[in-house]
Amino acid sequence: MMLRRYLLATALAAGWMAAQSANWTTYNGDHASHRYSTLAKITPANVKNLALSWVYQSPVAGSWEATPLVLDGVMYITQRPNDVVALDAATGRVFWSYRYNNQEDPRVCCGANNRGLGVLGDSLFMGTLDASLVAIDRHNGHLLWKTRVAEAKAGYSITVAPLVVKDKVIVGVGGGEWGVRGFIAAYSAETGKELWRFYTVPGPGEPGHETWLPCPPDSPSGSKDYCDPDAWKHGGGSVWVTGSYDPATNLTYWGTGNAGPDYNPTQRPGDNLYTASVVALDTDTGKLRWHYQFTPGDRYDYDAVQVPVLADIQFQGKPVKAMLWANRNGNFYVLDRTTGKFLLGKPFVKVNWMSGFDANGRPIQTPQPQGLPTYPGLQGGTNWYSPSFSPRTGLMYFSIWEEQGILFTQIPVVYKEGTGFGGGGFGPFVPSVDDPKKGIPNAAGVPNLRRGPINDWTEAAGHGAMVALDPATGEAKWKFKMTDVTDVGAVTTASDLLFTGGREGYMQVLNARTGELLWKRNLGAQMLNSPMTFEAGGKQYVAVMAGLSLFVFGLPE
Amino acid sequence: MQEHPEAYPRADIEYGARLYAEQCDRCHGANGAGVSGVNLASGRFRSATTDGQLKMVITNGFPTAGMPPFRFDNADLTGLVAWLRNMNSIDRGALKPGDADRGRAVFEGRGACQSCHRVKGKGSRKGPDLSDIGTLRSAGYFERVLVDPNGQLLPINRPVHVVTREGKAVDGRRLNEDTYTVQMTDGEGHLQSFSKANLKEFKVSTKSAMTSYKGELKPDELADLVAYMLSLKGNL
Ligand code: HEC
Ligand code: HEC
Repeated sequence: MMLRRYLLATALAAGWMAAQSANWTTYNGDHASHRYSTLAKITPANVKNLALSWVYQSPVAGSWEATPLVLDGVMYITQRPNDVVALDAATGRVFWSYRYNNQEDPRVCCGANNRGLGVLGDSLFMGTLDASLVAIDRHNGHLLWKTRVAEAKAGYSITVAPLVVKDKVIVGVGGGEWGVRGFIAAYSAETGKELWRFYTVPGPGEPGHETWLPCPPDSPSGSKDYCDPDAWKHGGGSVWVTGSYDPATNLTYWGTGNAGPDYNPTQRPGDNLYTASVVALDTDTGKLRWHYQFTPGDRYDYDAVQVPVLADIQFQGKPVKAMLWANRNGNFYVLDRTTGKFLLGKPFVKVNWMSGFDANGRPIQTPQPQGLPTYPGLQGGTNWYSPSFSPRTGLMYFSIWEEQGILFTQIPVVYKEGTGFGGGGFGPFVPSVDDPKKGIPNAAGVPNLRRGPINDWTEAAGHGAMVALDPATGEAKWKFKMTDVTDVGAVTTASDLLFTGGREGYMQVLNARTGELLWKRNLGAQMLNSPMTFEAGGKQYVAVMAGLSLFVFGLPE
Repeated sequence: MQEHPEAYPRADIEYGARLYAEQCDRCHGANGAGVSGVNLASGRFRSATTDGQLKMVITNGFPTAGMPPFRFDNADLTGLVAWLRNMNSIDRGALKPGDADRGRAVFEGRGACQSCHRVKGKGSRKGPDLSDIGTLRSAGYFERVLVDPNGQLLPINRPVHVVTREGKAVDGRRLNEDTYTVQMTDGEGHLQSFSKANLKEFKVSTKSAMTSYKGELKPDELADLVAYMLSLKGNL
């Protein structure tokens, strides 16, 4: 019985490749994380006719960051807190819905988010806020198995969409603001049994542990120089965005989050491997093959929780099996994905926390004095929203925040299980009109935490854009500037269209070659995910969530 | 019920301030005004009146609006509440405390604030309605606005000047803006929205439409005005 199901699963997995263009079977569309679709029925010529096909409204309030999957005319989505819903992809009518009841009160920094599902054969896989992994029968919404991955009361959660590789389901854990010790782990798709686990913070005796330096004398808790001798035990390195997989190297690539506590490096001297890094793991064993750390000893919450884009490009006249990475810290990187070698690092927004790279690709850090802004700001030059790579244009597309500076503060924080472990705070830097180097003091009404449809940050606190970068040079080919910032990724298609959105609530279709706006519609609420496209009944659709609604667009009959 | 500030032991306040810096600062900001529409330093809370209710609010959070629940013990909660009740001391300003009734007289009289501002249905609509400004801003901020409106001008409030393709010019105060459109209120308070593609001219000025009262009003009058504005807490 087990064997039969396993064989069936493999057969179905093999079958996906052919159906790939109609279906959308993994968070970023494929294992190389291109968020690119071979569909081309919607074109630059006919996109002006794009019309609403259907809307599905979530019954649960709160931001919606998920990407749907589509298989053979059925769409699978997650909604808060951990529901799975199967719908007719052509009409939005619901077949079934599954509710997972979290056993413990989840501790999540930023709301009951879930970014989506993985699928293999008949099973869907979802990580839960109480740090479990569940498999669900995709034909009827019944639970197949459940595995506890970590303890929610210690601040662990799973918000990432699982990555399915061969017969394994790979997930990482959230909790970077709660002092977790992060890890990535693989589970048997068939049984839910854990197969391997890789801690993003190495323990004593493991390579990398030496980057958690011993504390200097006279740094007890209670002093402002507090240094934590056990820093690695709650060192962060959370993993909350889906990684990639390359069958040629048999490596799976994942970005890791900030070191803990977020803003206070005095407490954890050293580079703090493998936080704010990319790790390349052997898919069968979970063993580390190589790593590259983007932000050593991070103090800015510059999570390297972006999607690793795997692309074969021409670099300095030679073909390279590359990994393209637009990082929260404001730099665009090209790495050799077989060896991890640093090939290119180049800022794509204003950057002042570092002044350049040394020969090994290590950033030369230039922390700003207290009271002066750091660029990019807390939300970074870019963040977790998915980039897109079009093999047709050879360009990498991603959303950026420009001119957003943040004033960081550091304070010592003693670790206590299940409580916030930030170690400081931050505030937006709003340049004063008379002296732009100075901020408006206590700028009331320019909030840390923006809510609702009014852009009260305005141009004074920064703006967003979609950029198209030539990965061989790191130069922008075009930039589509928005007035408000954007937390929306992109999908590109074989007809050279790019679909994106922003906080303003517009869904926007751009020409992927030129950046020209071809179509837009006000969807009435902030978008917080990355659009995807699929085919059902022979027709191409584009799906995006805005506010509490999932909007699906297509061409009129 | 708001308890008297002096009822909170100093040790609690200090402990609470530390906890606040660790756990709350990142969203609410050091000045308590970091979350739009909330000012923790104002002593007025939309969702709580008594100290007990405040403790409940902190414990339950607002998961959908973006505040996580917190698992503090009662000593932690007591400290936090003590700090929230005394937080207005951070941005108290340099003036000595004034008198709200006298401030109202200046507002309606010598200051001529009503020629631009509206309070509880009375006054002009040129500037922002100040009826609940006391729940949103601090004493220090009011003081700075009065002597240096230009330096304090909130970017969202910046004056806008547009000329349409048809040649119609409109001036007003910005209410909202996106990539394609701008929303504003003109001098009479009419709400106007323009598509940028239909504008011949679109200028956002960084110069406040409010004149400075530096040297115009005596320090006592300024202090009284500040007290009056702090007392404006809408109809809560
Ligand atoms: C992750 C961001 C975040 C953190 C951290 C946070 N809050 Fe909040 N808080 C919010 C948001 C958002 C609201 C507004 C909720 C609403 O409007 O429904 C809020 C509202 C409140 C309110 C109610 C205000 C009112 O006018 O009724 C209080 C009181 C409060 N927070 C206190 C705290 C305290 C104390 C802490 C630290 C222990 C804290 N918050 C930490 C985001 C946060
Ligand atoms: C000539 C018109 C004008 C006059 C007179 C005027 N203001 Fe203003 N005021 C404005 C405008 C316009 C704004 C909006 C933002 C800006 O331009 O600074 C403003 C902003 C403010 C704010 C900040 C509001 C916020 O949301 O933070 C306060 C407080 C204020 N005024 C108080 C006063 C007081 C008190 C007086 C009288 C002493 C006064 N103003 C007189 C035009 C005026």
